Amino acid sequence: MSVIANDASALLLDQVNQALAAKTPLRIQGGATKAFLGRAVEGQLLDVREHRGIVSYDPTELVVSVRAGTPLAELEATLDEAGQMLPCEPPHFGEGATVGGMIAAGLSGPRRPWSGSVRDFVLGSRIITGQGKHLRFGGEVMKNVAGYDLSRLMAGSFGCLGVLTEVSLKVLPKPRQCTSLRLEIDLERALLKLAEWGQQPIPISAASHDGQALHLRLEGGEGSVGAARERIGGEDLDPGYWNDLREQRLAFFADPRPLWRLSLPNNTPALELPGDQLVDWAGAQRWLKSDADAVTIRGIAIEVGGHATCFSEGATTNPFQPLSAPLLRYHRQLKAALDPQGIFNPGRMYSEV
Amino acid sequence: MNILYDERVDGALPKVDKAALLAELQAQLPDLDILHRSEDLKPYECDGLSAYRTTPLLVVLPERIEQVETLLKLCHQRGVPVVARGAGTGLSGGALPLEQGILLVMARFNKILEVDPAGRFARVQPGVRNLAISQAAAPYELYYAPDPSSQIACSIGGNVAENAGGVHCLKYGLTVHNLLKVDILTVEGERMTLGSDALDSPGFDLLALFTGSEGMLGIVTEVTVKLLPKPQVAKVLLAAFDSVEKAGRAVGDIIAAGIIPGGLEMMDNLSIRAAEDFIHAGYPVDAEAILLCELDGVEADVHDDCARVSEVLKLAGATEVRLAKDEAERVRFWAGRKNAFPAVGRISPDYYCMDGTIPRRELPGVLKGISDLSEQFGLRVANVFHAGDGNMHPLILFDANQPGELERAEELGGKILELCVEVGGSITGEHGVGREKINQMCAQFNSDELTLFHAVKAAFDPSGLLNPGKNIPTLHRCAEFGRMHIHNGQLPFPELERF
Repeated sequence: MSVIANDASALLLDQVNQALAAKTPLRIQGGATKAFLGRAVEGQLLDVREHRGIVSYDPTELVVSVRAGTPLAELEATLDEAGQMLPCEPPHFGEGATVGGMIAAGLSGPRRPWSGSVRDFVLGSRIITGQGKHLRFGGEVMKNVAGYDLSRLMAGSFGCLGVLTEVSLKVLPKPRQCTSLRLEIDLERALLKLAEWGQQPIPISAASHDGQALHLRLEGGEGSVGAARERIGGEDLDPGYWNDLREQRLAFFADPRPLWRLSLPNNTPALELPGDQLVDWAGAQRWLKSDADAVTIRGIAIEVGGHATCFSEGATTNPFQPLSAPLLRYHRQLKAALDPQGIFNPGRMYSEV
Repeated sequence: MNILYDERVDGALPKVDKAALLAELQAQLPDLDILHRSEDLKPYECDGLSAYRTTPLLVVLPERIEQVETLLKLCHQRGVPVVARGAGTGLSGGALPLEQGILLVMARFNKILEVDPAGRFARVQPGVRNLAISQAAAPYELYYAPDPSSQIACSIGGNVAENAGGVHCLKYGLTVHNLLKVDILTVEGERMTLGSDALDSPGFDLLALFTGSEGMLGIVTEVTVKLLPKPQVAKVLLAAFDSVEKAGRAVGDIIAAGIIPGGLEMMDNLSIRAAEDFIHAGYPVDAEAILLCELDGVEADVHDDCARVSEVLKLAGATEVRLAKDEAERVRFWAGRKNAFPAVGRISPDYYCMDGTIPRRELPGVLKGISDLSEQFGLRVANVFHAGDGNMHPLILFDANQPGELERAEELGGKILELCVEVGGSITGEHGVGREKINQMCAQFNSDELTLFHAVKAAFDPSGLLNPGKNIPTLHRCAEFGRMHIHNGQLPFPELERF
């Protein structure tokens, strides 16, 4: 698959410098597929989609460097042709999702507890800073501890710390064997089984419970997947389930009530939640459809050592869980260091940042 | 250019009245162990980079977090620099003391607070040794994956500060990939938690930023690490090659076959001979290069992968491919590699270990460049290489008793690192910048990038009291360094005033 390549970094840098000179806040955007997440940003649109294309990709190095405006689907197709993948299975949430948006939102799919998150695969980056400079951090090598890790910091920062123009990512070969199964057991039992299997070398790569049954994906070599399939039992599951889960296209997500994401420690037991829930990440990520208020939902998450994010635009004023006072202070100081004039997506995550 | 702290180029340090500071510490923290006599300070004058030594002003050995909290508050008020140290095994001088600073030794925080097999995590104090975590998890068939070669001695707090790696990084990641949560004390002595017990936490990923920050942003007081199930089996293949280029290409072929080995190491002829003389691992001493490829996981998969990799290695031109026939031979194959440094130490009075990383495809050119430099400087270089992840450890052989040899070794080392940067690599893969590579940072980053690093530092430590002089060079130092290293007739940092 050929990916259209165009280096528009000079143009982006110009736009940032003009915004700096005029002190105009910028709303950084790719495909706008994740614009619903976070707080609304008042600012002039900075569209990064013209800056696109794969800068370098050598499958034997397991590294791809790609411009931020590249459509995520194009990157995935290119990797797929070489038998490789982004192991963290980032959700698209619509056509036109870009690589830059994937990094900025930092969201990962069903494989995350076993493979690592988006940030875990970031090796290097190019960033336009609040000083109006286009700089390079990290690199295209697996191990690199020179300087502070600003590249991984970009993941999940929602564009609040600079304009990401390019990212280098570690990629991995696709597993040789993959099988999905459905096991009709209740959530409590499923969580106990997952805790037990988690301590054993069983090649689980996704585990979700929809209220009716546990859904499992096994990935690895023929031998290990076959043996685990035999041991666990259950019935075959259409593997399309996992894509519907990551893209939030299962029937569960059609419920009109606000959607919340609870991120919880491993081995958190089944929780009574004020609404309907769908469990992913072997219990470490639970989706909740609920009319309950933010304080109630966050209270439940905090009680067990987790946190909660609202995924429905406008349902609450603070979609991201508020930070402790010292953490907020360091967030502000870091923002001031990287974006002294506060022009990059101001308020997208927190009103003070 | 000397790497010891030089106020002329590294910035002025606050002047500290030792007697007054000592009196105040003793008054405020009567139960804190403080060393202040020169004979007591001596053992702390260096870390694993022993060629460089500075006697600290004072050494403190706290046992309770409250003591560290009070100490930091006091140092913050009085403007006293603080250098944190764990086990002192670091190889880049990251814990090199300052004459005008307190050395804060965290080694006594050595308790494993919790091992939770069902949650697959361990919560430990920063002075706990890396290997001790895996030992504590072993009864549950779990382990902590990162395994730096000093794992028997190095502490987890230091691992966090350096983002330590090891031989299994390609498959299992670095320290940053294996952490859930780090509790820190800020320069002001305030407690803060980065990360969480869940897989992510709200806000910026400060845990990623903090990992590998070399004690510049805060002091680690507690670490929660992820534990993994132990692989069922591990098998090692040894392949011999008549050229390093062929061995390098074979590594790419293994990856292209869709296999991610648990460990993949390369050694050149000089290292092979040194290791064989020392360990008798059964290495083929006439090979120009060997590859050690460890495949781990579930038995059936490992068995299949061994067959696949053997085939790939033969096609890549290996003169010999051997599967360790039993656990004893597997351990012996690894022992040769793991003892490569001391083995080289037996054939040379001194050696200097480098830590550059490169894109793997650049290996033949870089090895040729190293061999040319070796000839030019008249010093032998043995090459040991984490081939899977592109991390090279060239060992420069020299004799410190010969006038000028240490300086020559350092200069040669610097040139090797600059070569790594030129081909798109990095000056340090896992040992850190510390003081050792402070000058080479000027080759890897431009002045705007360094300026931004300083801004990040200032966001956490505006008065610059935590580990001053490490990790990020001043622009002044780079200008001075650049004046001595004019490359291709181009002056680096042309925009800077020359001092």
